[in-house]
Amino acid sequence: MAIYGTALLALCTLLGAVLGELLGHVLHVKANVGGVGLAMLLLIAAKAWLARRGKLTPGLRLGVEFWGLMYIPIVVAMAAQQNVLAALEGGPMVVIAGISAVTLCFALVAVLGRVMGGRHG
Amino acid sequence: MGEIVQKILADQGLVLAFAVVGGLMLASVAVSRHLTGGRIHASAIAILAALALAWWGGVLTGGKKGLADVPGLAGLALMGGAMLRDFAIVATAFEVDVIEARKAGLMGVIALALGTIVPFAVGVGLAWSFGYRDAVSLTTLGAGTVTYIVGPVTGAALGASSPVIALSIATGVLKAVLVMTFTPMVARLIGLDNPRSAMAFGGLMGTVSGVAGGLAATDARLVPYGALTATFHTGIGCLVCPSIFFLIVRALA
Repeated sequence: MAIYGTALLALCTLLGAVLGELLGHVLHVKANVGGVGLAMLLLIAAKAWLARRGKLTPGLRLGVEFWGLMYIPIVVAMAAQQNVLAALEGGPMVVIAGISAVTLCFALVAVLGRVMGGRHG
Repeated sequence: MGEIVQKILADQGLVLAFAVVGGLMLASVAVSRHLTGGRIHASAIAILAALALAWWGGVLTGGKKGLADVPGLAGLALMGGAMLRDFAIVATAFEVDVIEARKAGLMGVIALALGTIVPFAVGVGLAWSFGYRDAVSLTTLGAGTVTYIVGPVTGAALGASSPVIALSIATGVLKAVLVMTFTPMVARLIGLDNPRSAMAFGGLMGTVSGVAGGLAATDARLVPYGALTATFHTGIGCLVCPSIFFLIVRALA
């Protein structure tokens, strides 16, 4: 059933949020520390566990994958409610940061490909 | 009639938001296909259009929540709010194949580490040079340079201000657009012609839509390899930016 997948996703998200809050408390950061990332790791672990037991049914998958597919539209909705008017005051920083980061990473792809490529034949 | 419309707008906010975003995606797909020849990914166009609409919403209403401040479009705040956003991002982890990922091995790990550290450092450095001094804003802007997801997730976790979060998204979106646009042009120059370098590329660039769009425009067979490492990128960014990286920035700032 699809709801099992969505419920599993919900459980991982909630557990990740709780762990992130606890981690924040331990680290004395007034924030949720890595809750989303921890939830992702939990979901990967849960998927592997279910797959080993043959319980990864198409219905269950659908219940998770639907939300994965909704991620771009949700990000679009997220972008639509940002305070862009205020953000435009920092215009040049956005452009310089974007261009420098992409240029540096393109260069690193070439370096990594050459260095590691040689090592593995 | 007007009364009925008012009632529907008030009662069906989230449902209306689904329809509005669906329409925006449809228009973006058409623009991507017909005006850019598929070179710029539809999702990047949709996000840029949404940011433009958020700007317009801000001008129109003088509010702080972009288009969601326009009467009748308040549902966008729920659809794009922290709850559903985190829920959907966690769901994308379901597509990661651990066995395939392990094959990427050392190169993937190094690419992921560099792809998180280098853009973050660039973003923090630039934010510093533009006058930001508080650790929360610096970390959020650095995280935005990693991807446009890591920025707002980090900003929300640390309690950054909305303008800073919007800037971090803008930086990440610009990065995605630049990756999509320039990857086909520099592919030969950086040796992007085999699965291994595609994995390094995915890990370094991070932005899933940028990587998928860029590789699709270069060589569609390379897409899954790039996407494989790129899907780890956002998770790792969301894990380390509001935690380890924030603590480092706070110690330095």
